[in-house]
Amino acid sequence: MIRKTVKDSREALQGVEDGMTFMLGGFGLCGIPENAISELVRLEIKNITCISNNAGVDDFGLGLLLQKHQIKKMISSYVGENDEFERQMLSGELEVELTPQGTLAEKCKAAQSGFPAFYTPAGYGTEVAEGKETREFNGKMHVLEYAYSADFAFVKAWKGDEAGNLIFKGTARNFNPCMCGAAKITVAEVEELLPAGSLDPNEIHIPGIFVQRIFQGKQYEKRIEQRTVRPRN
Amino acid sequence: MLDKIGIARRIAKEVKDGYYVNLGIGIPTLVANFVRDDISVEFQSENGVLGMGPFPFEGEEDADIINAGKQTITTMPGASFFDSATSFGMIRGKHVHLTILGAMEVAENGDIANWKIPGKMVKGMGGAMDLVASADNIIVAMMHTNKAGESKLLKRCTLPLTGVGCVKKIVTNLAVLEIVPKGFKLLERAPGVSIETIKKATEGNLLIQGDIPEMEL
Repeated sequence: MIRKTVKDSREALQGVEDGMTFMLGGFGLCGIPENAISELVRLEIKNITCISNNAGVDDFGLGLLLQKHQIKKMISSYVGENDEFERQMLSGELEVELTPQGTLAEKCKAAQSGFPAFYTPAGYGTEVAEGKETREFNGKMHVLEYAYSADFAFVKAWKGDEAGNLIFKGTARNFNPCMCGAAKITVAEVEELLPAGSLDPNEIHIPGIFVQRIFQGKQYEKRIEQRTVRPRN
Repeated sequence: MLDKIGIARRIAKEVKDGYYVNLGIGIPTLVANFVRDDISVEFQSENGVLGMGPFPFEGEEDADIINAGKQTITTMPGASFFDSATSFGMIRGKHVHLTILGAMEVAENGDIANWKIPGKMVKGMGGAMDLVASADNIIVAMMHTNKAGESKLLKRCTLPLTGVGCVKKIVTNLAVLEIVPKGFKLLERAPGVSIETIKKATEGNLLIQGDIPEMEL
């Protein structure tokens, strides 16, 4: 067994530097790497590029990095729910690259799996396709999209073991598995870190080969963006 | 004339037995409430769940189980969770039978715009571009006119496009329309709405052939 465990978020984020590109898992605030984000805030890393489906809310998730002006560029599919983000984008302080959600996921996945690029029909005929190669397959037009290249991927899983194997919970899975192994170093934080042998190999979502560092996360807030309920009767 | 609930109720009739359905945010989300309960349907949410159920009871919300609108949800028996690439694989691979989404504008050639108002609203396209580029069966749920009373069914979209030539059917507060090579073919009128009203509210080419029945809800 190859051990991937590190003590905490401080050790896990060793080597992060100004100007780097990071992938961060999560959909809205669901399944975001809360501990890694806190550590990035503490380290005061600047001029970073973040590949993340969303940009958090004003006072949580990636919003915490935006508040401190640590982000130079965001690559996302949807950035609503964040006033500070909108302000920085409209004033030109923040560079934003909007990408269709399925394309964003696949650009991560391509990097994970060693595909330099792929064709997708998403965005053909729209401003997303401007300047990109297009090609017809089976009578339908497609756009060439390239795999991302990133320095670190920060993902959050439910359970993990010393070997870096991961299991996700519910829709907190989202982009997290796609980003594992898609950057030079993948850092996984988990709610429950277990000894090797504790997880059934049949139930592993992401094999440890895609993870370089794993640590036991602390104090998960797991904030809910839209609390919707129905009456009991 | 229909309200948003009425539009959702009418669209629910398009959902057939055995369909996997992706519902967008807004009016489309309401459609789930009106699907006949004697047919088998599974709702997909692109953030990674198939077999979405109703909102949870108070106190049973789970931060790890949400829909694409970031609302807390539940799952039905037979549900599954998956990652975002798999989710869009289902969509791009045409395994999802029906996509229902909102729009700011639809053009008579099937173009749709629903993600950006330059200089005003730039929240992003989310999964909409993937959905409209891949789905064979797309129904747009929207009001026939905007708040200023201007038609949203146009000759050409004025806003940045989400997809080209992809919309098949539109259900508005006034009518059900199908996109055909020559424009918007009027299929049904909303209860109490005259053809004249629909004509006035439609900027794009409106095709009226024979008697146009009132919708059955």
